Amino acid sequence: MRTFGTPEFWFILEAARWTLALSAIAVFFGGIGGLAVALSRVSPLAWVRGLATAFVQVFQGTPLLLQLFLIFFGAPILGLDINPWIAAGVALSLNTAAFLGQIWRGCIEAIPRGQWEAAEALNLSYTSRMRDVVLPQAWKIAVPPTVGYLVQVIKGTSLAAIIGFTEITRAGQIVNNATFQPLLVFSVVAAIYFVMCWPLSLLAGHMERRLASTLTR
Amino acid sequence: MAQALRCGLPSVNYTFQFGDVFAAWPLLLKGTWTTIQLSFLAMVLGLVVAVLCAWGKTSGPRPLRFLINTYIELIRNTPFLVQLFFFFFALPALGLRWSPYTAALTALVVNLGAYAAEIIRAGIESIPRGQVEAGLALNLKRWEIFRFVIIKPALRAIYPALTSQFILLMLSSAVVSVISADDLTSVAANLQSQTFRSFEIYIVVAGIYLLLSMAFSALFKLVFNATLNYPDRK
Repeated sequence: MRTFGTPEFWFILEAARWTLALSAIAVFFGGIGGLAVALSRVSPLAWVRGLATAFVQVFQGTPLLLQLFLIFFGAPILGLDINPWIAAGVALSLNTAAFLGQIWRGCIEAIPRGQWEAAEALNLSYTSRMRDVVLPQAWKIAVPPTVGYLVQVIKGTSLAAIIGFTEITRAGQIVNNATFQPLLVFSVVAAIYFVMCWPLSLLAGHMERRLASTLTR
Repeated sequence: MAQALRCGLPSVNYTFQFGDVFAAWPLLLKGTWTTIQLSFLAMVLGLVVAVLCAWGKTSGPRPLRFLINTYIELIRNTPFLVQLFFFFFALPALGLRWSPYTAALTALVVNLGAYAAEIIRAGIESIPRGQVEAGLALNLKRWEIFRFVIIKPALRAIYPALTSQFILLMLSSAVVSVISADDLTSVAANLQSQTFRSFEIYIVVAGIYLLLSMAFSALFKLVFNATLNYPDRK
């Protein structure tokens, strides 16, 4: 039986790059999807709003684990190979899109109506109204909660371990199966997540307070 | 099975068979009940932990505040799955013996306690100082001020955040299936290994979770109307 030593520690630490890679994929595609969801939810077209609302309802109303399973086991139905990378990437991106979309919709709606009306009065097109007037202002208040949400994304990637994707948690399980030192192994795993997430949490909190102080001034 | 239907898309060559899934409805019902029970217990116990922590963090002595802060930050910055492994694999290595269900419940309570404590603290801090001072002027004890002055309006202010945290908890309880805690997702995983109808099973179970989260939010609305919905002058 092996004991937990430096090679085991490196094995877990090296798996952190897959956690980070998966988080980056989820944030990139989820960010694009989230913007689409947020814009759809404030769209003037009722059916677009309805579609986006249904999307958010489904992805916020079911467990991320089940979304992961459905995509993992659903891929063969569409004739695709079962692949933990694709399943985890797609599931996390869709989930992130729903949550970021919901956060960003709140930010867009927080922009005073007068700004929209002014843009309309200036006869700006929809694209220009959004791109030049509403979104830049919404962006300012959207940054702190978005940074805060990154923590949720990183933690969410741990579920990919369940479908056999070797990121930090799965690496921890593998090491634990070889060493039978669960207390040490899972403490190390937790510590690595903590080192990745805590600075982001602090940053988000700091940005939130700074934003709150500029808004009350 | 009789209930088979063909999917019409040209590239899809798969026969959906829901027969095995629906035949197992007593198991699914039992799993659903376990999930409801587990979530409900975790909500109640987690709320108790959270209220105690929020109280300690806002008005406890310094070392206590530090301890509570450490607990909250540790839980909020690590994944629930790792916390669950910690409770289920690591603590028994120290000699603690417990069932998957108890380990799952403990992990959920500890997890929710940290998130809800932060939410409740924000609620407590939203109460104007003057209210607390008025309580002091009426010679109320500190816990009396907490109980009669602070908690109700604070709960009202944070009700939406708190209840959505509850629903998130119910959804993340699906994760406890990895230690086979008999919840809905564990039942689904068992059925999956017996029938190999993975997609059909998980789509039905995802539907059940969706209904559960809608039911919980309807219930929370009822509770709000019954207990916290008093008129205010805002």
